[in-house]
Amino acid sequence: MELQKFTYDNKLTRLFMNATIFWGLIGMLVGLTIALELIYPLMTNGVSWLSFGRLRPLHTNAVIFAFVGNGMFTGIYYSTPRLLKTSMFSELLGKIHFWGWQLIILSAVLTLPFGITVGKEYAELEWPIDIAITLVWVVFGINLIMTIVKRRVKHIYVAIWFYIATFVTVAVLHIVNSISIPVSLLKSYPIYAGIQDALVQWWYGHNAVAFFLTTPYLGLMYYFIPKAANRPVYSYKLSIIHFWALIFLYIWAGPHHLLYSALPDWAQALGVVFSVMLIAPSWGGMINGLLTLRGAWDKVREDPVLKMFVVGVTAYGMSTFEGPLLSLKSVNAISHFTDWTIAHVHIGALGWNGMLTFGMLYWLMPRLYNTKLFSVKMANAHFWLATTGMLFFAVPLYFAGFTQSLMWKEFTEEGYLKYPNFIETVVQILPMYYLRVLGGTLYITGVILMIYNLIKTAQMGTFSKIEEDEAPALHSVSHEKDKGHRILEGKPILFTILALVAILIGGIVEFVPMFMVKSNVPIIASVQPYTPLELQGRDIYLREGCYNCHSQMIRPFRSEVERYGDYSKAGESVYDHPFQFGSKRTGPDLAREGVKTGPIYKPDSWHYNHFLSPQKMISQSIMPPYPWIINNDLDISSTPKKIRVMQLLGVPYPDGYAEKANEDLKKQANKIAQGLRDGGIEVEDGKEVIALIAYIQRLGTDIHKTE
Amino acid sequence: MKIVTKTLEGIADIQFFPIIGLIIFFIMFVVLLYYVAQLSKNQIDEFSRLPLDDAQDIHFENDESTFSKK
Repeated sequence: MELQKFTYDNKLTRLFMNATIFWGLIGMLVGLTIALELIYPLMTNGVSWLSFGRLRPLHTNAVIFAFVGNGMFTGIYYSTPRLLKTSMFSELLGKIHFWGWQLIILSAVLTLPFGITVGKEYAELEWPIDIAITLVWVVFGINLIMTIVKRRVKHIYVAIWFYIATFVTVAVLHIVNSISIPVSLLKSYPIYAGIQDALVQWWYGHNAVAFFLTTPYLGLMYYFIPKAANRPVYSYKLSIIHFWALIFLYIWAGPHHLLYSALPDWAQALGVVFSVMLIAPSWGGMINGLLTLRGAWDKVREDPVLKMFVVGVTAYGMSTFEGPLLSLKSVNAISHFTDWTIAHVHIGALGWNGMLTFGMLYWLMPRLYNTKLFSVKMANAHFWLATTGMLFFAVPLYFAGFTQSLMWKEFTEEGYLKYPNFIETVVQILPMYYLRVLGGTLYITGVILMIYNLIKTAQMGTFSKIEEDEAPALHSVSHEKDKGHRILEGKPILFTILALVAILIGGIVEFVPMFMVKSNVPIIASVQPYTPLELQGRDIYLREGCYNCHSQMIRPFRSEVERYGDYSKAGESVYDHPFQFGSKRTGPDLAREGVKTGPIYKPDSWHYNHFLSPQKMISQSIMPPYPWIINNDLDISSTPKKIRVMQLLGVPYPDGYAEKANEDLKKQANKIAQGLRDGGIEVEDGKEVIALIAYIQRLGTDIHKTE
Repeated sequence: MKIVTKTLEGIADIQFFPIIGLIIFFIMFVVLLYYVAQLSKNQIDEFSRLPLDDAQDIHFENDESTFSKK
């Protein structure tokens, strides 16, 4: 049998590895910053681009797409050629992928803090960046699939299946969720609105967790755990079944993010059922990962790589058990909108993604540099810092989530809310926010130790740019007769298409009826499009990332109706491009903020003073001040274009209204500003705060209109 | 919203897509279970050893060499 020689390129692996470490540190430091901002709201007093609402999307995007993204590519570019016994298809495509991805991250850093955002969680980036993501993703996909095509082994190892599923699904999710109509180079409106936008967004959001944070890392798990433990995976049969079950079931679970919302019950029920079923394939993966270490537990005691893998896979098991639990309606009624969610996602991010990445880096660096790890002791210290940091982060937040939710729901014997003031429930859990900062600091200290350790390791050795290997050509090993799945494994493109079909099914079942069946969104006659001033104000609300702390979705509970007003209806948000339901209540819900007879109504002057200094109106408030909204002039040159795009999306403004819109805008602005001036507040008509007040005072009022 | 609904309505017989999809997946899953059940032990061993037979690993055959406390 003739052996062919070929090489593995380590340069690209190293580039992605360095990027993982760099962006990981940045993403975590931004996280620590915003955690501190919740305790010291005046910390970045008056600096718009450092405010919580703008930095929180940067934190989530940096950790998900920069840290975990580069982490997965590190592992994929290392393991794929070695599993397939070939070099990568194209070095050039690899380089384009690397630099393209870093440019995308850089553009996120240069847009999100400046309020350039679509306003959809984890999909905040504006349309030109979305297009760049699509292109770079396709480059990655071509390189991956073509490498599989030119492989020298017959069977495609299960890790590669997870990579294929990642490529295919993320492409579909990203494109479907990001479709929007541009208003300008840096502003666009999503084509979906309200409850339908919410369904698409959480189908995306949930599956970003599934196919960006989970499947590629399961692939890494199936490669690096056997490598590090030097023994094959526990059950290969289990890996095949759990792969297909996982990718098929995951795609249906998105609606569990919208329980008790205005989403139709049938869609909520689908989300719950599939979420519960997901335990099976998720735990299949966890069990397979942990049991791979059977007989090697003595090594786990000494090897920091294995320790990190064990905690990482355990965290995966915990969060995939917690996920279905949280999607049960009764549990969700308590957990949703609270810090419980934040704790849950950080078990996944710090535990599963973080620990698996660190373990991989500690394993890779000595191998790429032909040396030993500089300090095993230091790596062990990192392990303990990361583990305790994660616990100090998550446990207080579980406590905070529970406490606050129960306080929101508690009634006195007379039937009144026991804590009618939202701020009382915030003050109660502030000590937990301090503990979170402690946990985050411990975790980041560990990362800094790791960086030092890895740099020292690299300095000790010499980098091998390429590694040589040899294997027989594929045709000389493929003489046996194939059948069944084996044929499928031999055809990567057919495999890719089937994976695509599997993930499209859930999406189609949820989307088609949601968009086609009219009864899903009952029309409310009194719901009208936003006035031009309100529309501009809404864009300021998006720009400042208000949705990061304020929901606009009153659930049909007595405690919420009592606190905020009538529960939210699907028909109320039909002109909301994008929807702004939110997922966390660090501050109160705003869905009925403008209802004059409602329990939370505030006059214009209150809002003005509150934006200027929240602490002046509510002394213990943890909301940052927004002086720039008070000072900035409202840019009304965009109004006609915005109205035209809205008309294109089906919002019923009268024909030709775009040209007249600014007249109406000025009239309304003058009325609000005059009211404020009458109350003794010095303000001009053309300031941003006027538009924002107009929007806030419109919220939830449509169904209270009397003809 | 009109823009999405109209596009979807333009696809002929779209109402059957979900059920067709479900049938495809169900059949695929049954075939998959059959396939997994009939795999021989040799095949499974061969597949699951794929990450382990690197030339480079011979060099690092004994993992303790990386992390031993000498």
